[in-house]
Amino acid sequence: MKTTGKVNGIISNIVIVKADGAVGQNEICYVYAGETKMMAEVIKVVGDDAYVQVFDSTRGLKIGDKVEFEGHMLEATLAPGMLSRNYDGLQNDLEKMEGLFIARGSITEPVDFEKLWEFKPLAKVGDKVTAGAWLGEVKEQWVAHKIMVPFIMTGNYTVKSVAEAGEYKVTDTIAVVADGDGNEYKITMVQKWPVKQAIRCYTEKPRPSRVMETGVRAIDTFNPLAEGGTGFIPGPFGAGKTVLQHAISKQAEADIIIIVACGERANEVVEIFKEFPELIDPHTGHKLMERTIIICNTSNMPVAAREASVYTGMTIGEYYRSMGLKVLVMADSTSRWAQALREMSNRLEELPGQDAFPMDLSAIISSFYARAGLVKLNNGETGSVTFLGTVSPAGGNLKEPVTESTKKAARCFYALSQGRADSKRYPAIDPLDSYSKYLEYPEVEAYLGEKIEKDWVSLVYRGKTIVQRGKEANDQINILGDDGVPVDYHERFWKSELIDFVILQQDAFDDIDANCPMERQQMMYKKVLSICERDFDFVDFDECSKFFKGLINLFRQMNYAEWKSEKFYDYDKQIDAYIANH
Amino acid sequence: MTRAFQKIYTKIDNITKATVTLRATGVGNDELATVGGRLAQVVKIMGDNVTLQVFAGTEGLATNSEVIFQGEPPKLRVSDNLAGRFFNAYGEPLEGGEPIEGEAREIGGPTVNPFRRLQPSELIATGIAGIDLNNTIVTGQKIPFFADSDQPYNAVMANVALSAKADKIILGGMGLTNDDFLYFKQVFENAGALDRIVSFVNTTENPPVERLLVPDMALTAAEYFAVDKGEKVLVLLTDMTLYADALAIVSNRMDQIPSKDSMPGSLYSDLAKIYEKAVQLPNGGSITIIAVTTLSGGDITHAIPDNTGYITEGQLFLRNDSDTGKVIIDPFRSLSRLKQLVIGKKTREDHPQVMNACVRLYADAANAKTKLENGFDLSEYDERALQFAKDYSEKLLAIDVNIDITEMLDTAWTLFGKYFTKEEVAIKAELIEKYWKA
Repeated sequence: MKTTGKVNGIISNIVIVKADGAVGQNEICYVYAGETKMMAEVIKVVGDDAYVQVFDSTRGLKIGDKVEFEGHMLEATLAPGMLSRNYDGLQNDLEKMEGLFIARGSITEPVDFEKLWEFKPLAKVGDKVTAGAWLGEVKEQWVAHKIMVPFIMTGNYTVKSVAEAGEYKVTDTIAVVADGDGNEYKITMVQKWPVKQAIRCYTEKPRPSRVMETGVRAIDTFNPLAEGGTGFIPGPFGAGKTVLQHAISKQAEADIIIIVACGERANEVVEIFKEFPELIDPHTGHKLMERTIIICNTSNMPVAAREASVYTGMTIGEYYRSMGLKVLVMADSTSRWAQALREMSNRLEELPGQDAFPMDLSAIISSFYARAGLVKLNNGETGSVTFLGTVSPAGGNLKEPVTESTKKAARCFYALSQGRADSKRYPAIDPLDSYSKYLEYPEVEAYLGEKIEKDWVSLVYRGKTIVQRGKEANDQINILGDDGVPVDYHERFWKSELIDFVILQQDAFDDIDANCPMERQQMMYKKVLSICERDFDFVDFDECSKFFKGLINLFRQMNYAEWKSEKFYDYDKQIDAYIANH
Repeated sequence: MTRAFQKIYTKIDNITKATVTLRATGVGNDELATVGGRLAQVVKIMGDNVTLQVFAGTEGLATNSEVIFQGEPPKLRVSDNLAGRFFNAYGEPLEGGEPIEGEAREIGGPTVNPFRRLQPSELIATGIAGIDLNNTIVTGQKIPFFADSDQPYNAVMANVALSAKADKIILGGMGLTNDDFLYFKQVFENAGALDRIVSFVNTTENPPVERLLVPDMALTAAEYFAVDKGEKVLVLLTDMTLYADALAIVSNRMDQIPSKDSMPGSLYSDLAKIYEKAVQLPNGGSITIIAVTTLSGGDITHAIPDNTGYITEGQLFLRNDSDTGKVIIDPFRSLSRLKQLVIGKKTREDHPQVMNACVRLYADAANAKTKLENGFDLSEYDERALQFAKDYSEKLLAIDVNIDITEMLDTAWTLFGKYFTKEEVAIKAELIEKYWKA
């Protein structure tokens, strides 16, 4: 029998419930305000009192109102039919909700339970299986969606029967398995998993070794993101976090993209809703929306559900990873999630840590980032979840708790700088502050050496050194004046400007420049690097700056020209001639 | 509002500066009540103990003051007759006049389903180049002015509102001085726009906590005109810093742990709830919010502007330009995030590149200025950049400029031709060919 209870106290969205039976920490319950049924989660238990956070507005709720406990934690429903959907933080399908406004207590199904899927068996009777084993598959869009032994089924099982190829609903039994004692379990295409726990149905988690191409030069060339790796983008408002994330979500070389809009602007999500169904995935030629799932909890939606949204996104990511797919999960912004934690901790009157955030913030963030990764599945295949989060540091100060905690957890750091944004040098990824730890991985170095060219990583470091020296030279010029330093300093500065303008800066709103394939990045980078490693004997700094300004202008036109087009090669020749004429 | 079955309580247990607590039953969260005739709202219920926040403060209340619960959250009566009227924070008509008849709607209502929203795409032309050229605003956008208290933000906002051609303008005044309130009234009256204006005003003469109702009142009225009537509504909120201050007062009196700058930990969500009401609706109606956030000494790292910046779709910075002696819209720190949806699409093709080139060259001038200040010689290019900056500031950035966007673009090309070579401007070759003015 389910535990029930009555409302005994209300402080904003925290409700204190007198329960008549056992209550579990993080258990889900429903609070009834009249006819309206609102979902809530237990976050603290004191004697008979369960403190629950309601994922909705508690307006009008009264003492004595009915509460029903569900006996399980917050779960995601995992089944074919999730791709292209737009969920709220609790996996309600936004598209299925009626009316212009989201009514309180709106609950909609995350997948279509009536739809028929073309099932193909993969397992045979007698196969020994464990949780996560592939029993069959259905075609979801163009993805081979594996039907797996539910992740919650620990232990070893034997397949007793598998359904024949044919059309089935997600709730139909497609296999029967038996445990060692002969107890049989029916398996359908739908399973549930508590979102706050990691799905661990794999044999090992090797170090990432491949690079995930994003089409953004400042990332791919300078600080690459590994497939199965983690990264984060901190930046003050207006520095271009969202534009950068959108660019990556459009261009990244992944099978599945999950976008978690966590406590951000609704208009930005609308942009994805409207654009993605139109846009084409540059790697497969399919519609972008076909590989995308959006989890959307905008800033005006209930705070508690905001916290859940990142976990829902990650859980769905892990589910697709278990099918041997390359998944990219992006969350914009993890700071809003941390703020949701702060609001709740505050209402529970916990002793606060730095900036009133909960004391365990750092632990929560690092265990979340740890869920990403490349995994080797039980059947030998690999799958990956790459996670990229944005952080919105208060006042643009990178010393605040969320940035600091995330820095400990993530391996790539793409610092967006206010200075670069102010001078419209987009993407505003600071070339010197940012880093990718993956460049130091021998596996990654070997991979890039093979995929792009031998010793690619050392070429990258050479470019970084030029940028570093350019900055130092510029500092000197600013202190001593144009005439106060040798011309050599100007040359150094302008070489770093050349890398900045041609490689680091990229126009996200230009159809061609927005997405730069690796092959093109390689060619442009090597061309720029070869110029930077040449000695020019300039007479004075004026000649130097004029020369480079002209050169930068030609390179920019080249960036705007279509790859390998006549115009592209024409600029290539013009640049060679320009240098020869010097 | 008193109804026959309502129970009257006359025993208050606790009184603090802003709240009273008493024993009562059957009370709903967020419900309104009157305490000794003053409006109050339920903020906490623990068993039988109900805590009410008294908007006008508790001075003079006694333990035997009458408490009457109204059984419902704050509401506003909406109808077309709202137009042309002035109300206080509770939605009661100012300066006498008949109360509005119409449907009573809960203020601070539910969220528009993001999936039902449309992408904003209609440009709002203001005639000010600092906005239209560099930071184009579209319907359904939310954008604040970041300004110091001595800058003429209310005047600029009133100008923008009047040139924006909105069907309705809703003014939410929070902590407005009486003088400023009268100024708005007069400007709208002189423009013959009074019949399109609805105002909810809390002046400095009213209790500060009452301000907390103003944005929700204004936005409930806005939703009536935009959702029910399909109108283009422009909401002006001034000054959101004073609104946030009122939030801090309340949270402090409720013994909440303050986060950065003594602001409540929920500041981001509190502000987002207001700003996110900006929307482009499928029926053609829209709510656009232009707000004012006053800064202290230009500090945008303070919690109020900082959280605002993360919520709104850009910000407009006012700055006094010492070169020209005019108030300009700062091209470096101002930003309209939604401009990409219209520039070069609803405006001439060269708009995006011209805009960026202007700002880049203006930045070169700023560097030259730093050099000059540090006592270094200027190059010939620096000299030209400085001259360009002065002209750019006077002819385009100043808030008293009033021309259409094509004219702004032409002016920019004239300045390019006057001070720079084609290479220095670094714009796509095709555009240079088409628009360059020697």
